[in-house]
Amino acid sequence: MSTDAIVVPRTEPVSRPLVDTLHEWVTTVDHKRLGALYIVYALLFLMIGGIEAGIMRVQLIRPHNDFVSPQVFNRLFTMHGTTMIFFVVMPLVFGFANYLVPLMIGARDMAFPRLNAFSFWLTAFGGLLLYFSLIGANGLYGAGNAPDVGWFAYAPLTSRTFSVGHSTDYWTLALLVSGFGSIGTAINILTTILCMRCPGMILGKMPLFAWLNLVMAGMVVLAISPLTAAQLMLLVDRYLGGHFFDTQAGGSAVVWMHFFWVFGHPEVYVLVIPAFAFVSEIVPVFSRKAIFGYPVMVAATICIGFIGMSVWAHHMFTVGMSSNANSFFVLSTMAIAVPTGIKIFNWLATMWGGKIEFKTPMLFCIGFLFQFLMAGLTGIMLGAAPFDWQLGNSYFVVAHFHYVIVGAILFAIFGAFYYWFPKMSGKMYNETLGRLHFWLFLLGFHLTFDFMHIPGLLGMPRRIYTYEPGRGWDTWNFIVTIGVFFQAFGIVVFVANLMWSYFKGRAAGSDPWDAWTLEWSTTSPPPAYNFVSVPEIKSRRPLWDLKHPDDPDWKYE
Amino acid sequence: MFALIAAEAAIFTIFVVAYLFYVGKSLTGPVPNDVLNAPMFYTICLLSSSLTIHVAAKALGRGKVRGFGMWWFLTIALGGTFIYGTVSEWHRLIYHDGLTISTNLFGTTYYSLVGLHGFHVVVGLMTLSMVMALAVLGRVKSEHAERVDILSLYWHFVDAVWVVVFTVVYVIGR
Repeated sequence: MSTDAIVVPRTEPVSRPLVDTLHEWVTTVDHKRLGALYIVYALLFLMIGGIEAGIMRVQLIRPHNDFVSPQVFNRLFTMHGTTMIFFVVMPLVFGFANYLVPLMIGARDMAFPRLNAFSFWLTAFGGLLLYFSLIGANGLYGAGNAPDVGWFAYAPLTSRTFSVGHSTDYWTLALLVSGFGSIGTAINILTTILCMRCPGMILGKMPLFAWLNLVMAGMVVLAISPLTAAQLMLLVDRYLGGHFFDTQAGGSAVVWMHFFWVFGHPEVYVLVIPAFAFVSEIVPVFSRKAIFGYPVMVAATICIGFIGMSVWAHHMFTVGMSSNANSFFVLSTMAIAVPTGIKIFNWLATMWGGKIEFKTPMLFCIGFLFQFLMAGLTGIMLGAAPFDWQLGNSYFVVAHFHYVIVGAILFAIFGAFYYWFPKMSGKMYNETLGRLHFWLFLLGFHLTFDFMHIPGLLGMPRRIYTYEPGRGWDTWNFIVTIGVFFQAFGIVVFVANLMWSYFKGRAAGSDPWDAWTLEWSTTSPPPAYNFVSVPEIKSRRPLWDLKHPDDPDWKYE
Repeated sequence: MFALIAAEAAIFTIFVVAYLFYVGKSLTGPVPNDVLNAPMFYTICLLSSSLTIHVAAKALGRGKVRGFGMWWFLTIALGGTFIYGTVSEWHRLIYHDGLTISTNLFGTTYYSLVGLHGFHVVVGLMTLSMVMALAVLGRVKSEHAERVDILSLYWHFVDAVWVVVFTVVYVIGR
């Protein structure tokens, strides 16, 4: 197995014109560049979505605040939710998958490079379409300039009667367009993993990262399509006078809820399974041990994939369903805790007895483990229908799903950033700043989202733009808003660290972590062709075999 | 292509579920029983086109380019006949029975589901015609058999969906 890249003598071309560089990036079909584009694009939207969240928290810092108007507040939470799910976390997940899957399975590119580029640009223009609503949505009605129907856009709020102007149309079209992009990327990831693995890499020897992204892509194919169908129906209703969700003509608003959550809940797993993938790669490397229970991890992931498709209506307990439906969705929701628990124990067992190195990526992963456990526990609480009747649509729910999306998914993504930044840029990040980011963000996160549970328990509903004083919510809301500033400061440190390291950081070398998967066998950043010769592997940790020829893994697997 | 078909199948599933859920829920007429007749002839056309495209792909695999062109053309003709059938049915429904997409729930779900399928047939016909044009120009050879096979998968899928749509709209829904 030849893994050393040829050392090409450095012949830096003397400052090429900016237009050329831009043209190269816009027309690229290279999976690494597209991955980087996804990631940078998502970071931009992370800033926008974060600022929206910050404005909302400032509005709620004290009772009867009038920092923004109620109308603007509605637009803010709609845009915040839509942006964060569809144009931050999804592109981040796809970006890392795009960048890393071919490298990890020893391929030279994705299966369909041009489809890959097409999908990225669909996603990118979907995001622009959403934000173009700020300019274009007014129409002739003077009806407000951004979607304000909430990120799940329940009928009949989206009907022509209640949503004049074009704001809802921009929302629909943005999700439709980016949805096609997501389906394209998912098909690409599926095909790449199934057809382009290097010699010797049977499915059972794939890195867990590839396995988990395979499941994620399968779920995208099955979950985004219902959203696409539902959006088409909404367009028929709005433009062709259809009656799908029009209760006046016998249609049903509940059908929209079902269609949305048939997408919406699998979507949570689409986002969290790649987070599992990051953790499954980072934890073993920094514990200096092979992952514990590889086959069980794969089985648990597939289990989550299946059960995750059948729990959607636990978002709808408060709507009023039959008791049979309630029981079914309570039980399936409880059942999903089992494979998830298996995963948490496997990560703990991987760390158990290992020589743990507390580098920044590992810190974020440990944060992930703790917070994901907490999020899972409040998830089980909300998964019990009677408890949900009490707390549905309260700040408890908001705190719960932010614990999942920020506490688990975003923490894992930050870990992934620090872990693979040396590979993507060729430079080492600053460890001190990385730790500062971790501790600031951890503090801010817990200030915000731990204390957000309490006003929820005390009955504060979500999506209200202000509240009466003297209900016992004031102090908690104040603490929650203070936490946001710590998080924002953490993000500033993060971005500064990445920028500074990219330009001034010391060279990282091809394998700074002494890791075991194939992406570390090529140079940092990898050349356009990835590998000089296509690698051949014998075990799940090909680089371990290479570094320890006397004690290779394949003797034991 | 299988992944694309899975995604498409999920989209159709949602539309079929919506159709079934809304059967008999229209508040005003016309209702399916009054206006729908099962389009037997056109259904047979579409389903037999699955057979002809299979024969065409097989012929190309064996290197018989002329035979391929003939069967391929027949497939397009059968698909075109089916689309003509849909068009004439819609024309009758709109101008004779006064059923449009905004008339009632039946109209909404009927035109959406059948229209979504018709759209897929049209897309299929367009791609088939592109291959036909290339074949006429003599650019399709036996080494393209695999690609033609993959395209024919899509066509088979469109036909299979029609079986479901037909059952739902003309059998269960009436």
